Amino acid sequence: MERTALPRAVGVGRWQEARLVALRDESASARTLRFDVPDWPGHLPGQHVDLRLTAEDGYTAQRSYSLSAPPDGNHIEVTVQVVPDGEVSPYLVEDMQPGDALEVLGPVGGWFVWRPEAAEPVLLIGGGSGVAPLRAIWKARASAGIASPARLLYSVRTPGDLLFSDELLTAPGVAVLYTRGAPPDSPRAPHRIDADDLDAHGLSPHGADGPPTCYVCGPTPFVEAVTQMLIETGHAAARIRAERFGATGG
Amino acid sequence: MNDDEVPQTDAYVDGNTLAGPLSAVFGGDLTTATAVCAGCGHAAQVATLPVFGAPMGLVARCPGCSQVLLGYTDLPGGRTLDMHGMASLRLPIA
Repeated sequence: MERTALPRAVGVGRWQEARLVALRDESASARTLRFDVPDWPGHLPGQHVDLRLTAEDGYTAQRSYSLSAPPDGNHIEVTVQVVPDGEVSPYLVEDMQPGDALEVLGPVGGWFVWRPEAAEPVLLIGGGSGVAPLRAIWKARASAGIASPARLLYSVRTPGDLLFSDELLTAPGVAVLYTRGAPPDSPRAPHRIDADDLDAHGLSPHGADGPPTCYVCGPTPFVEAVTQMLIETGHAAARIRAERFGATGG
Repeated sequence: MNDDEVPQTDAYVDGNTLAGPLSAVFGGDLTTATAVCAGCGHAAQVATLPVFGAPMGLVARCPGCSQVLLGYTDLPGGRTLDMHGMASLRLPIA
């Protein structure tokens, strides 16, 4: 068990079996998968895993997915949005059943992480399935009872695309910002996140509790636009942590 | 996610995606390490580098001059890490 000598933030560097124990549909095209990983070393909210599928002929395909839930013993959760014509995501969302197994490497990543000892305010901004690691941070921070403020801005196309809707729609401090179609009673016309949204729902870099650490996750163009906006509104680049994912692969 | 309302001008992600491959090679996290470009001297944390490619073959470039800092391939014959574009890699205190 020399592995246990490694810090918890460090990936163990080897692949191990993960068995699916539960499924939860998040939308028509996204699902949260809960796996049992017997030797899971624990993780930090924000970290991700690499998942590997192996076909009967030996062909393998692997993808990175953020862990969407805080540490919970030997259980981990990932939330996967189907990429049409993708190689991995259609299997995970549409075909995989409890009892099925795949291989997992992780947890990995030491940059886009939130540490339980961090008491400063946090501003979380996610686009699409980029909300997944932010949900892990949000839940972990809430259960840690940290007094400083936290905000989550979640940019999503339509109500039908919303992930974690039961948790996020009514949670104080969470703003759901629709880009393509909003509910009829919504006061905000659908549009991409802008500086007015940051003003209305974000946290000031000059607030009484000190500047927040900003976590931005989503497709690359979303992350580039939001980080630029944060810098223009006075947030220091050094306090912005970003994680980008691409439109290809899946 | 394929968010078709935003322009997909650049098919790149960032160095966070190197966390798995690099941990498989080194047994620890290198994404918080600072990479210095051998070409222009620009220093940046690995997690922030623009990364191009697919899971089996990745290239990280210098944000300053676009030189290739790191190339990674994972092929049936083995994993290869090419870091000749990097002058140094400084790991933070654990």
